[in-house]
Amino acid sequence: MTEEIIIAGFGGQGVLSMGKILAYSGIMQDQEVSWMPSYGPEMRGGTANVTVIVSDERISSPTLSFFDTAVILNQQSMDKFEETVKPGGVLLYDPNGISKHPTRTDITIYKIEGARLAAEMGNTKIFNMVVLGAYLKIKPIVKLENVIKGLKKSLPERYHKLIPLNEDAITMGMKNVVKI
Amino acid sequence: MGELKLMKGNEALAEAAIRAGADGYFGYPITPQSEVIEYLMAEKPWERTGMVVLQAESEVASINMLYGGGGTGKKVMTSSSSPGISLMQEGISYLAGAEIPCVVANVVRGGPGLGDIQPSQSDYFQAVKGGGHGDYRLPTLAPSSVQEMSDFVPVAFDLAFKYRTPVLIVSDGLIGQMMEKVELFDPIPRWTDEEIVEMHPWATNGKPKGGERRIMTSLYLDPHVLEEHNYKLQRKYAEITKNEVRYELLDAEDADYLFVAYGSSSRIAQKSVRLAREKGIKVGLLRIITLWPFASEIINEFTEKGIKGFLSVEMSAGQMVEDIRLAVNGRTKVEHFGRLGGVIHSPEEVLEALEQKLIGG
Repeated sequence: MTEEIIIAGFGGQGVLSMGKILAYSGIMQDQEVSWMPSYGPEMRGGTANVTVIVSDERISSPTLSFFDTAVILNQQSMDKFEETVKPGGVLLYDPNGISKHPTRTDITIYKIEGARLAAEMGNTKIFNMVVLGAYLKIKPIVKLENVIKGLKKSLPERYHKLIPLNEDAITMGMKNVVKI
Repeated sequence: MGELKLMKGNEALAEAAIRAGADGYFGYPITPQSEVIEYLMAEKPWERTGMVVLQAESEVASINMLYGGGGTGKKVMTSSSSPGISLMQEGISYLAGAEIPCVVANVVRGGPGLGDIQPSQSDYFQAVKGGGHGDYRLPTLAPSSVQEMSDFVPVAFDLAFKYRTPVLIVSDGLIGQMMEKVELFDPIPRWTDEEIVEMHPWATNGKPKGGERRIMTSLYLDPHVLEEHNYKLQRKYAEITKNEVRYELLDAEDADYLFVAYGSSSRIAQKSVRLAREKGIKVGLLRIITLWPFASEIINEFTEKGIKGFLSVEMSAGQMVEDIRLAVNGRTKVEHFGRLGGVIHSPEEVLEALEQKLIGG
């Protein structure tokens, strides 16, 4: 199994940390992982994206042109990454702030109202966990228990009290993802 | 099995310095390698092992701090990115001349000049052809994963002390910034002062009773004396060339063509090998691990066996390709492909270059 993912959105949406938690979850179940962020001045308030690869084999290139899954969280990223999904692949997006919806017919498109659901749960910071839940519903590449282990590894101990909230957010995402 | 962590390449390098038993790190921040000193400052190794971490006032200062620290037989290290490494070249030449062991890591970014902060491999010439003045060489290790960013630090220190020479680690912004799983090696204790006295009789740590005064210098005003010193250095470089060439072969046994690449380009080329094999093209990868000494012998062997061609894949305008051409000496085709200025080539572009420049060309 090899899953090649791009997660793209605004800086501050938790794009990089969502990728990091996914990567840590892969390690928790003995898989190879890589996490390659876009870095540079464009990150400050601008767009941010990260390429995550989770695989049973040694990972070759950590940067890619085409992906099994694109998780898209703003319009700029939609413009840039819709065409990079491999035929037969998956595009997951949050319609909040999207004016031009994806149009491809050779891929499977899913929608998650991540921003709205996170706001309804009373904490917009768990937005990325709602999206992660939606992703894991579509592609259960890592077990939920390993995600929780991954969260414990990547969060400083003083934030461990927030893990149940994160778990709720993941469940919320799993329940509310919609296939288009 | 050692501790498993998800780390950036830069963080792995920093953690490895502590675990390798380094006595001191002297550096100055620059993107894309600032995480090295950031990690060290957060980790406080002075509390863990007694290792000193110091932010110098400039790269020129930090390289000369290595001259002082290494001269006393201590394990010392610095890191920077391309423009900072350029500033260090005078000091590196002095360190090579005075035969002072130390480790210098370059997380390469786009150049020339200030360039940009994206990954590049355009410092190959500077690393292996002598960035500073004089007849010297530097053993140069090129990690291609976060794991190797960790593993190569103790290897670099071993080479530095075995041959009394500065050793370079050349990675780039991609390897420095990405996170991968890394298995950390068990910590190696720092040498005690007594151990240093015993192991390194050349070190300037005090004149022994009845012994000779020890001097760390690269200044030999008598040309005949300097010539002798140079011959000694050259004998050392010949020894390193004989013993320390490292490379890795992937899918090379039945290959008609070989990609030759190091660092992040070798990772991208691995993917290109897979894409090519899916199309029925028999291509393999020669991954260069020591940029110097260079794997000329294995290139010669493949040339003798009748390989149809080599494609050097570097994020540069073609630097390592010159060393491949020297090894091949006109007997088969050698071409180069690479994007410039911090643009990372895609696996598909690399395959296309193989098809156009070697198979079709």
